[in-house]
Amino acid sequence: MMRNLFSYLVIIGCSIVIAGCGSRNVVYSEPEVEFVSGTAGSTTGLNDDAITTSGLGDGNSNDSASGVNTYGDLLGMRVVYFEYNSSLLSLASEAIAQAHAKSLASASGVQVILEGHADERGTREYNLALGESRARSVANVMEALGVSVSRIQIVSYGEERPVAFGYDEAAFALNRRVEIVYQ
Amino acid sequence: MNKFELKTSVARTVLAKLRLNIKLVLLLIFFAVAKEAFALLTIEIKKGELVGGIPIAIVPFALEGVGAIDHKPADIIEVDLDFSGKFDTLPRAVFAGDPSDLKSVQYQQWRLTKVDAIVIGKVINLGEDQLEVRFRLVDIVRKQQIVGQKFTVHASKIRKVAHQISDIIYQQLTGEAGAFDTMIAYVAVTGTDQDRHFDLQVADADGFGTKTVLSSTEPILSPTWSPDGNLLAYVTFEKVQSITRPIIYVQNIWSGERKPIARHPGLNSAPSWSPDGNSLALTLSKEGNPEIFIYTLNTDSLQRLTRHTAIDTEPSWSPDGRSIVFSSGRSGAPQVYRIPVAGGAAKRLTFNGNYNADPSYSPDGKSIVMITEQGNGFRVGLYSDKDRIVKELTTTIQDESPTFSPNGEMIMYATQHGGRGVLATVSKDGSRQQTLKFQNGAIREPAWSPLKRKKRKL
Repeated sequence: MMRNLFSYLVIIGCSIVIAGCGSRNVVYSEPEVEFVSGTAGSTTGLNDDAITTSGLGDGNSNDSASGVNTYGDLLGMRVVYFEYNSSLLSLASEAIAQAHAKSLASASGVQVILEGHADERGTREYNLALGESRARSVANVMEALGVSVSRIQIVSYGEERPVAFGYDEAAFALNRRVEIVYQ
Repeated sequence: MNKFELKTSVARTVLAKLRLNIKLVLLLIFFAVAKEAFALLTIEIKKGELVGGIPIAIVPFALEGVGAIDHKPADIIEVDLDFSGKFDTLPRAVFAGDPSDLKSVQYQQWRLTKVDAIVIGKVINLGEDQLEVRFRLVDIVRKQQIVGQKFTVHASKIRKVAHQISDIIYQQLTGEAGAFDTMIAYVAVTGTDQDRHFDLQVADADGFGTKTVLSSTEPILSPTWSPDGNLLAYVTFEKVQSITRPIIYVQNIWSGERKPIARHPGLNSAPSWSPDGNSLALTLSKEGNPEIFIYTLNTDSLQRLTRHTAIDTEPSWSPDGRSIVFSSGRSGAPQVYRIPVAGGAAKRLTFNGNYNADPSYSPDGKSIVMITEQGNGFRVGLYSDKDRIVKELTTTIQDESPTFSPNGEMIMYATQHGGRGVLATVSKDGSRQQTLKFQNGAIREPAWSPLKRKKRKL
């Protein structure tokens, strides 16, 4: 069902269809199934009136029943998490990135900063690059959905700004993240 | 048993007890000059592991016309030699007298203490804060002087002279260059998890004479010395167009003057000096992905070196200037690769270990130190082109930032000790490990200066 909800068509040969895709020749289309409409602004927590969630149709009710997050839920999620040493997005993380991309697409002028982070294992410099790579993964999803490159800023703090302290997997998991920060 | 033999026998017992102590903690208190704060450094030496070093006694230097001095040359030399791991200094309780000139050395009695050599000397007041420091290295077996020298210095330079004497002793007795009259740069972190303060500091290689060259509320990473020992390149986080991001600076440690050399969008990190000091290898992501570039200082120009969709970072120049080793995620977890500076294909060097990163060459170019994870935690590892294997050198689990001493004998690195960041050293064969602890805060990101420096003043 997740696959159904978030599967996408890959269009070869970039285009006119989506503004701002620049020189990319592989783009993600709009999701086949629209996101489930959420409780809109109140749960997005975006603190920015320019961002709206209106205009989205109902999604697949089966997905809602199975606990899949609604568009509003997804927008409320401002952090995506990663596996150790990886900057690949899980399907759930990709859904969050897509929701924010749609939100950005409908709110021109809003900028987003993607802050990449790593857990403390390994070397500081490699982790700095890893955080950058994670933020880049999120940016790629947003850009593919039409968010202009100029509206996305990427920054990595590597392992330097942990949110959880402790040398254990619980802390590591929370620190391997990209924070989506609206400006 | 005559009186002397009895004394020696007691002394032997004392000596044996001392050797049984696994850790002899040498506590050194340093009163810095002028406005500098009181600093405390502890060097924990695993003394048990040092047995087998060259036995030597450092006799306290006689003071002539000098009341008391804060920095006693014999104390400094003794710590230096112990710290090197190549010497076994004799406890003073069992000394055979305290000679300060050749004619008063009682060779027979010194022979009984089993030392091969002793160091004697004097500090003479010349007036107007000038001191003459004389020392002699004496061969107890052959009953002759090996080397003797005198230095005339300002009183404030006495530690430097002591380190130079240590270098001479080390050179004479091991046949290798000493690295005592060198410096280290590191980052000291103080404050709480939520409110941290970062100081980039430089100090003598024994941790004394600390000077802060940069203070920030944002992290400071990867300090690295220019080959002439005058400049530090480092990464600091700074606001550029309202976003706090990593920027690379080069700073003159004497004048404090600094300039940003890379502040492109994205990552600006991991600087490494070329051996001629004209260029730096850097990691930049301005073209979308962390890649290694070569930045030339004079022309302010950039040349891209790596091209790969995976992470490429942590470049480090080979001493011959021809190649750069770096870490790359092209096989998944990071491994160490080498690429010709002139361009060409990168070749993977490391195959054992789940994670190999932060490589840097030994001064002779024969081996590469790095952080390795082989199922035992993150440790200092050494790779050689001869063995083509990464060998673990340490037994700790959170090691970072290994840096070779400029004579290639030791590796300093950052690790955790009692939940706190500390600096530690390990000999290049892994046989001797020591921990350096500073009184306040956590210490990380060490970088050992080169041997030759043109200028030495702060």
